Amino acid sequence: MATVQLEGINKVYENGYHAIHDLNLEIEDQEFLVLVGPSGCGKSTALRMIAGLETISGGTMRIGERVVNEVEPKDRDIAMVFQNYALYPHMTVYDNIGFALKLAKVPKEEIDSRVRKAAAILELEDNLQRKPGQLSGGQRQRVAMGRAIVRQPAAFLMDEPLSNLDAKLRVQMRAEIASLQRELAVTTVYVTHDQIEAMTMGDRVAVLKDGYLQQVDTPQNLYDHPVNVFVAAFIGSPSMNLFEADVRLSGDVGTVTLGSNVLGLPAECLVKNPKLRDYDGRRVIIGIRPEDYEDAALAPNVPESQRITSKVSLIEALGSEIMVHFRIDATTVDSGDPDAVEEKAGAGTANAVGRFNPRSTVRMGQTVEIAVSTENMHFFDLDSRQTIEG
Amino acid sequence: MSATTTTLSGTGQPGPSSAGQSGGIVDRAYQFLRRIPTGVLWLIVVVWSIPTLGLFINSFRDRDAQRATGWWKVKPSELTIDNYDTIFSARAGLGRSLLNSAAIAIPATIIPIAIAAFAAYGFAWIPFRGRKGLFIATVALLAIPLQVALIPLLQMFVGGASVTLPLLDKTIVLIPDFDLAGTTTSVWLTHTGFAMPFAIFLLHNYISSLPKDLFEAARIDGADHFTIFWRLVLPLSIPVLAAFAIFQFLWTWNDYLIANTMIGANASQQPTTILIANLAGDFGRNEYILPAGAFVQAFVPLVVFFALQRYFVRGLLAGSVKG
Repeated sequence: MATVQLEGINKVYENGYHAIHDLNLEIEDQEFLVLVGPSGCGKSTALRMIAGLETISGGTMRIGERVVNEVEPKDRDIAMVFQNYALYPHMTVYDNIGFALKLAKVPKEEIDSRVRKAAAILELEDNLQRKPGQLSGGQRQRVAMGRAIVRQPAAFLMDEPLSNLDAKLRVQMRAEIASLQRELAVTTVYVTHDQIEAMTMGDRVAVLKDGYLQQVDTPQNLYDHPVNVFVAAFIGSPSMNLFEADVRLSGDVGTVTLGSNVLGLPAECLVKNPKLRDYDGRRVIIGIRPEDYEDAALAPNVPESQRITSKVSLIEALGSEIMVHFRIDATTVDSGDPDAVEEKAGAGTANAVGRFNPRSTVRMGQTVEIAVSTENMHFFDLDSRQTIEG
Repeated sequence: MSATTTTLSGTGQPGPSSAGQSGGIVDRAYQFLRRIPTGVLWLIVVVWSIPTLGLFINSFRDRDAQRATGWWKVKPSELTIDNYDTIFSARAGLGRSLLNSAAIAIPATIIPIAIAAFAAYGFAWIPFRGRKGLFIATVALLAIPLQVALIPLLQMFVGGASVTLPLLDKTIVLIPDFDLAGTTTSVWLTHTGFAMPFAIFLLHNYISSLPKDLFEAARIDGADHFTIFWRLVLPLSIPVLAAFAIFQFLWTWNDYLIANTMIGANASQQPTTILIANLAGDFGRNEYILPAGAFVQAFVPLVVFFALQRYFVRGLLAGSVKG
């Protein structure tokens, strides 16, 4: 049980590539921290530096109260779960789980009881004498987990442990790992590129991009108060819709103009974002979450001024909700996520996605009125791309 | 994330009968062509085996029968084991020569594997300065022909090696005279040295392709280099070790050149290859016992091959990593 502290951690590879810039993170005892970001953001590198598999170019790494910059992986009191499990193929499940204990010269009886206990937690008792090749993907994943928990380490490090599982198993293992971590109460650093895993599993989530830490906060705070355009677009699925828009204020209310659409901003909006007053008459980036759109026919309370009219280009019915894709003649904003697949809209038009109530009767190709909950709108500075909130 | 409900209708599948009606000739040509590779392989097996079969049959025929007709005209009545009796007789000394061959081939197989496995692991997984250059230099030694080193090596085995500094007139002994001339030791030492580049090259290729995560997992589990080598690399490298062992055993067991250079006339240390060549006698007088001798000589490598070939296991890494 320990804290993990990263102070001004840098990673520069021999070829000069600067992978991590001044990373500061403090992971509390028993906390589940998720490192998330698009590919190449440095999240795996950061984890491997905590593990001791990569050298640290600058900064101080502490596990517990001990500086571990120069400490060998085996002496850091950590256990790691690898993306592709890395099980020892010629050993039985029992030997795989007990390998670290055996190397640590733990007495045989104790190894036996600890391996069996770990196997019981992970429901692997019936497979202890099998080899990894005879197991299913989910079972292998459990063996990899077993290898970690049997050591009772100060911290678990997990490098995209679920990315090789099929979708259904991933959802199941996601919940299992999260509850297992709460049960064992071991500090955990979990790397993933999947923002759903990040949101559902982490006590806190650290968002990285290009080696820079963007924001660390609880999942809900990340979702509600993203500090910049990148975090806003990265967290949440489907992504937040981002457009350039002009703000005009008059007294306690105002409007935003995006393309030919003018949306009213209620007083509530300025209460939430007092700094917005400085932006009167200026161009900003606005962000609208998909759930803040609704079929106007189902939202009669939304005033006329907060509606836009558009043609529906695609509908994805998920049963519990309907994803409605439409176009807005405003300038779209690139969030900077290298993994994002941007639908190319024509110049001056932006794609938008709304999450409608399933009772909505909109059809593809229809021109519909869409209500926008502008009080929940996010505002970002056009140049710095930082939030204007607060 | 598109999960629109699409119902699959079961009627759209093409019936199995629709194929096969068109292009019967094409199908038959395909069936014919498909068998060619197997057919060629069988042909090669037969062609390669015929001389061995001839040797085997002739080893059971006496001198006159061998001289009179070819082995394919063998009559059951003329079969005899006299040739085998002759070569195993005390005077011929085949038994001792087989032991000599083993005394050469076994160390010449095991020692290079032991050294090369360590070296290959080091080259593949221990980062050190000059690793790449040293590896290239080692592999480049493959290009040096064995023959050019025979005489220098023989001189070394006979008298050791020393340098005399020119001005000081001082002689420094680099390798003392171990009096190895004419011993089986000199032969397997030579084999060991010349096997090294290829052994390191072959084992390195295999060991370096083992998944990196496995090594990292072991490091975190607390394994040092030796533990990783002993508990992971060696068990996982069994197929390539077996392959190299077969190759190296065959080569050293059947070697004539090095043994003849290093041992030459020392009859008590001669391996089977030299003994059999000498059995023919002056002017090939006793040529008729060569088939029997050759067969005895070939029997041991066959045993080794069949003993080790069960280690050519596929899928040894199954279940380790998924990627």
